[in-house]
Amino acid sequence: MGNILEIKNLSVSIEGSGGKVQAVRDVSLSLREGEVLAIVGESGCGKSMLCKSIMHLLPKSAGIESGSIIVNGMDISHYTEREMRKLRGKLFSMIFQDPMTVLDPTMTVGAQIEEAVIHSNRKLSRTQRHRRVIELMELVGIERAEERYKLYPYNFSGGMRQRSVMAMALAGNPRILLADEPTTALDVTIQAQIIDLLRDIQQKLNTATILVSHDLGVVARAADRVAIMYAGKIVEIGTAEEIYYDPRHPYTWGLMRSLPAFSKGQDKLNTIPGMPPTLIDPPKGDSFACRNQYALAIDYEEAPPMFKVSDTHYAATWLLDPRAPKIERPVGGRLNGSVLT
Amino acid sequence: MAVSLLKVENLSHSFKLTKKLSIMAVKNVSFDIRHGEILGLVGESGSGKSTIARCVMNIYKNQAGRIIFDGIDCTDKAEFKAGKKKLQRERQLIFQDNASSLNQRMKVCDIIAEPMRIHHIKPKHGTYLDEAAFQLKYVGMDESYLNKYPSELSGGQRQRVAIARAVSMEPKLLVADEPIASLDVSIQAQIINLFKHLRAEHGFSILFIAHDLSMVRYLCDRVGVMYRGNLVELAATEELYLNPLHPYTKALMSAIPIPDPILEKSRKRIDFDNISYSPSGKFTEVLPGHFVLN
Repeated sequence: MGNILEIKNLSVSIEGSGGKVQAVRDVSLSLREGEVLAIVGESGCGKSMLCKSIMHLLPKSAGIESGSIIVNGMDISHYTEREMRKLRGKLFSMIFQDPMTVLDPTMTVGAQIEEAVIHSNRKLSRTQRHRRVIELMELVGIERAEERYKLYPYNFSGGMRQRSVMAMALAGNPRILLADEPTTALDVTIQAQIIDLLRDIQQKLNTATILVSHDLGVVARAADRVAIMYAGKIVEIGTAEEIYYDPRHPYTWGLMRSLPAFSKGQDKLNTIPGMPPTLIDPPKGDSFACRNQYALAIDYEEAPPMFKVSDTHYAATWLLDPRAPKIERPVGGRLNGSVLT
Repeated sequence: MAVSLLKVENLSHSFKLTKKLSIMAVKNVSFDIRHGEILGLVGESGSGKSTIARCVMNIYKNQAGRIIFDGIDCTDKAEFKAGKKKLQRERQLIFQDNASSLNQRMKVCDIIAEPMRIHHIKPKHGTYLDEAAFQLKYVGMDESYLNKYPSELSGGQRQRVAIARAVSMEPKLLVADEPIASLDVSIQAQIINLFKHLRAEHGFSILFIAHDLSMVRYLCDRVGVMYRGNLVELAATEELYLNPLHPYTKALMSAIPIPDPILEKSRKRIDFDNISYSPSGKFTEVLPGHFVLN
């Protein structure tokens, strides 16, 4: 499988009143054809900015500082808006967190999906378009599509709205789907359904998916590979099995330990102390050092490089340096059956 | 166990959509909260959890049933009037959307002190400002935040301020309406720890509404499951999670994500078909302390 998307040393900054916010700092990653890559991190870690910079949907005050975004062999980091418009919807499309702000409350859901269909293929006749809309609605699991074609977004529940947004995103058969926290606004049962649907569609249409989330528990169901992001950088990346069973970065440990499943029988839930740093003036050295109970002296001096754990698994922490003290990882490994019950 | 602090009997509430059409948001719900107990209420959105919270707080006028708080019938006009001061002091509410529940034009210190000013309570620690500083420290924030505005705080910090405001009245019952839904996982854990700590210190009861089942399991003593306005199951937390009886509860349990990719991907989600669901059941005690609607 080839790489459909490759990001090389991408840096994105936002011009703010307090100075330049370095939202994405020197991120490199690749997305293979037909895989689900999850990006996990706390809010304010630059996950959404990374997605938006791929789509060129950054706010006016933000811009790509350096680096390249290579999609299908083309470097699109310097594309103009007009060139980008041709790619959006066909090559990649995006699903946002809150479906209600994406949908137009004054248009029927069917008409909105049809708009996306028209954008993807202008040559279709009216009946063909209608058939395509119904087909898309059925693909994303909206039952009785013919009836619901004429309904408005306010008639739909949160889960149904998110499904309609997905239908719009899939109208142009995109090769890459970017899902920015698609389940955060939904409750548990619907969340599981949407995650299953994402997985289902990815297998049916072989779409490569980037799934952004802050919850490692949600991601486990869908992801092939997981990237952990902190303070604008990717601190650990690997296959789902490697990240869940053999996490190496202290931040990944912290994220996993704050899941209640790992605190069973304890008096207190584990937390990560403190807050992510503001990225206006990122701290010297490893930006996680001040929240890291395993921090070494060098963490405050020099940012760690990416250490290789295996061919697919990389982590940026000095703990992997051969000179570092050996620390037993506090979390990870297969869960036993007790969590299930 | 001691007598219950809050007793809800056959509570029903409906919303009018048009002149003829109305929706029953809560149907015939009964439960009680004991002193010092955390009762969790879970269910999908639109199942009537928040409506119950608002009925309990007398924000909505309930249409049927009784709510008895500490011996006072809140639904009875005369009794409510007589005990209004006590009721308003001893029941406190925390909202889900912390950005809109705090006044954007007030400083943190004023927000926390406001209920004390309204109720003319003499602060225990000198001035109102000192008291606000004390409460803020109590929820894990330092004094430098006293002179900030809510917009300068992060979501987790705003939620802490809302909790400090509620706790400053030393309530007997805290109603928390999805207090962690809009927060990050690690911040969620911090807030849950705070609730646990406060309960241990103050000994108040909490009605905790959420849709995150794994957090509820961690925090609550008993859990009630809501579906379409009905309370379908109510049991002690471990009993409910280990031995769910109602089909909806089973479906809900199977939707809890497990942080283990191989296990999680191989697991089948149980779908709950609402065709087989009949709301016209009876809420019966199947096992001691375990109630199911069937």
